[in-house]
Amino acid sequence: MSIDDRHSAAQRPGVEDLPLTIAGRAYRSRLLVGTGKYRDFDETARAIAASQAEIVTFAVRRANIGQDPDAPNLLDVISPERYTLLPNTAGCYNARDAVRTCQLARELLDGHSLVKLEVLGDERTLYPNVVETLKAARELIDDGFGVMVYTSDDPIVAAELESMGVCAVMPLGSLIGSGHGLLNPYNLSLIVEAARVPVLVDAGIGTPSDASLAMELGCQGVLMNSAIAHARHPVMMANAMRKAVEAGREAFLAGRMPRKTYAAEPSSPVEGRIQG
Amino acid sequence: MQLYLNGEPRTVEATTVAELVATLNLGGRRVAVERNERIVPRSKHADTVLEEHDRIEIVHAIGGG
Repeated sequence: MSIDDRHSAAQRPGVEDLPLTIAGRAYRSRLLVGTGKYRDFDETARAIAASQAEIVTFAVRRANIGQDPDAPNLLDVISPERYTLLPNTAGCYNARDAVRTCQLARELLDGHSLVKLEVLGDERTLYPNVVETLKAARELIDDGFGVMVYTSDDPIVAAELESMGVCAVMPLGSLIGSGHGLLNPYNLSLIVEAARVPVLVDAGIGTPSDASLAMELGCQGVLMNSAIAHARHPVMMANAMRKAVEAGREAFLAGRMPRKTYAAEPSSPVEGRIQG
Repeated sequence: MQLYLNGEPRTVEATTVAELVATLNLGGRRVAVERNERIVPRSKHADTVLEEHDRIEIVHAIGGG
C-alpha cells in the first residue's frame, strides 16, 4: 500500500490502523526497545513495561566463566513468552562475526530466527558498514533467518536490502547513542516511500519529538535504547516515548495540514465581526 | 586436556560439552555453545566429545540496544 493509499484509508471514518507486521507476526506497539545501559534488571523490566514494547532487543556475549549460578539472567527479566526477543549483532565489525552471533542467538532461543543485523564500520562513530551488512544479510537470509537490518539512510542501499529479502529496513536517524534525532528526514522519506517492507528508525532518537517525527514521516516503527536508559527517569521517559510513537503514528494517518507561507485563511470566520 | 574457552586457554577434566557446561556452573542456564566455530545444539551436548585444543565459545544474553 502506498503512503497516499494509507492516507486516504485513514481519512475514511471508522478505518483503523493496521498492526505492524514483521516476519508474519502482528504487533500493536510500534516502539521497539533495547535492554542496555540500565542501572539494573529491575529498572530494565520497569522501563520496558512502561514502553509497552512487544519487541525487545538484546546482545549476545561470552558467558562469565565461574559466575554465581544464582545470578539473575536477562532472559529471566524479558521472558520469551511475553516478548518477541530480537538478538542483535551489536559490536560486530564484519559479516563473519555477525553471522556467527546470529547462529549462536538462534541456538540460545531454541530456534527463534528473527534477528537484528548490525555490522559496524568503526569504533568511533559506530556508523554501519554497509558492504559487510549486505554480505551478512545475504548469508543470514540463505540460512533461514528473518533479518531486521540496521543500515545507513541511503535509499539505494535500503532498496538493495529489501530486494534481498530482509523483513525490515532500519536506517539510522543519527549515530548510535548520539541523541541527535533525525538528521536527514528527507532521506528517510525517500526510503519510506519506496519500501514495501516496514521501515523503522533505529539509532539516534534523543527525545519524544524525534520519535514522533519519525512516525509522522511514515516510518512503521522506532527502535531505541539510550534515549530511555540514559534519561534521568528512564521509566517516565519510556512512557513518554510510547505516547510519542502513538501520536506520531496517528498524525501520519490523519494527514497533516498543508504548510503555508502565511495564514491566508484565519481559523475564525470573517463574517459577523463587530466593526466600528 | 587444554581447551580455548571463550578465547582463553583453560585446562579441564570434562570430556563432553555437557560436562564442561556443568563444571562451569552453567548447567540449566540459557547458554549457547560453539565448538570450533560450529554450533553444538543443546540436544547434542551430552554426545559431543571434547578434543585437545578445541575452541569453545559459550555465550548468553546480556543487555544491549
